[in-house]
Amino acid sequence: MSHEATADNVRDAHIDPPYLYPDYVSTRLRAPLQPLVALPSRLTELSGPVFGGSRVGELDNDLTAQHEGESLGQRIIVHGRLLGPEGKPVRRSLVEVWQANAAGRYRHDVDQHPAPLDPNFSGAGRCATDDEGRFRFITIKPGAYPWKNHANAWRPAHIHFSLFGRNFTQRLITQMYFPDDPLFDQDPIFNSIPDPKVRERLISRFDLEHTVPEWALAFEFDIVLGGRDATPLDEDDA
Amino acid sequence: MSAGRTPSQTVGPFFAIGLPWAEGPYVVPEGTPGAIWLRGTVYDGAGEPVPDALIETWQAGPDGRFSDPRTPGDERDGFRGFGRASAEPAGEFAILTVKPGSVAAADGRYEAPHIDVSVFARGLLKHVITRVYFADEEAANAADPVLSSIDPARRTTLIAIPADDGYAFDVRLQGAGETVFFHV
Repeated sequence: MSHEATADNVRDAHIDPPYLYPDYVSTRLRAPLQPLVALPSRLTELSGPVFGGSRVGELDNDLTAQHEGESLGQRIIVHGRLLGPEGKPVRRSLVEVWQANAAGRYRHDVDQHPAPLDPNFSGAGRCATDDEGRFRFITIKPGAYPWKNHANAWRPAHIHFSLFGRNFTQRLITQMYFPDDPLFDQDPIFNSIPDPKVRERLISRFDLEHTVPEWALAFEFDIVLGGRDATPLDEDDA
Repeated sequence: MSAGRTPSQTVGPFFAIGLPWAEGPYVVPEGTPGAIWLRGTVYDGAGEPVPDALIETWQAGPDGRFSDPRTPGDERDGFRGFGRASAEPAGEFAILTVKPGSVAAADGRYEAPHIDVSVFARGLLKHVITRVYFADEEAANAADPVLSSIDPARRTTLIAIPADDGYAFDVRLQGAGETVFFHV
């Protein structure tokens, strides 16, 4: 029966933010108010698009090299592993990122923040994970930016991540933050995650080992997907 | 790094920088025989269109099979199975696809033709998931194990209605006529 909550649902309930989080004003009219209906995973949910590298161009993982000149800002390397619910690497899977520029401005018509656009920075990247589930981007550290959620509201610096995983149930869109950001305490999006320890999973780790001398700082961000691991189609991962 | 599951965060208002792609709305190429447009609007709890929503769809082909490279015969005849369409700037989305076939279930039953839909938007801290069924599949819908388990009063929120060039399916995030959303 599709109304029965499974053990997995219950176990996962505290990880994600609730839909309705009134401090984040945009949730007030957009959060569903009816309880979700549990959908036991069927073939539609246990399959999913697998792009691998088919959507990735050569420079797509270097956001600083997509224009004639180099992007302005602090050059950084963002790398990590994409793991399935049971901790196994998700191989050859599409990772999409987008972000503001170093000044905290998005290349988007709706963004009216009076900070400069950088003609040499679009702010979008893609890559496919390797056989160990690893991904790596070269980019610039995004700036913080103001928004109008509450008085003097600022978003902590972040990079948006989009992951597909192995099937429809594993789809995840999230945000990666940077260590020691002074803006965490006043950010309702970050704080919408109920458990403070779970929030920390979104904070990347400064990674001296992968920092390239004289060139770029490195940050490590591992991603663990939820959803269902077992898929009838995953013979090579069995 | 922690090994625990990574929590969701909103897609935010600026996903158009990174997510939409030109052929995203085309689950099948234009000119495909039997192609239909699945069109709809995403509404908020005040009944206003949500201008900054992103829709993704996943479905079987007309033969009830999925376009997954882990199964033989993927990408047959250009069928991608996956669609992605921005609802910018007015809250309206459109996906060109073909009607899926019935999907065999493990228990020997068949699921009625359906399309899984994910909706992302500013203000959604986690995407919402729903299913599109088709109004002209009455017998299959009545026998569908998922649809028949839904409160009959809310079942209609999952049914797409025939339209000029395909089907119409609106998403109501909150309030009167709130769409049934699933936990997968």
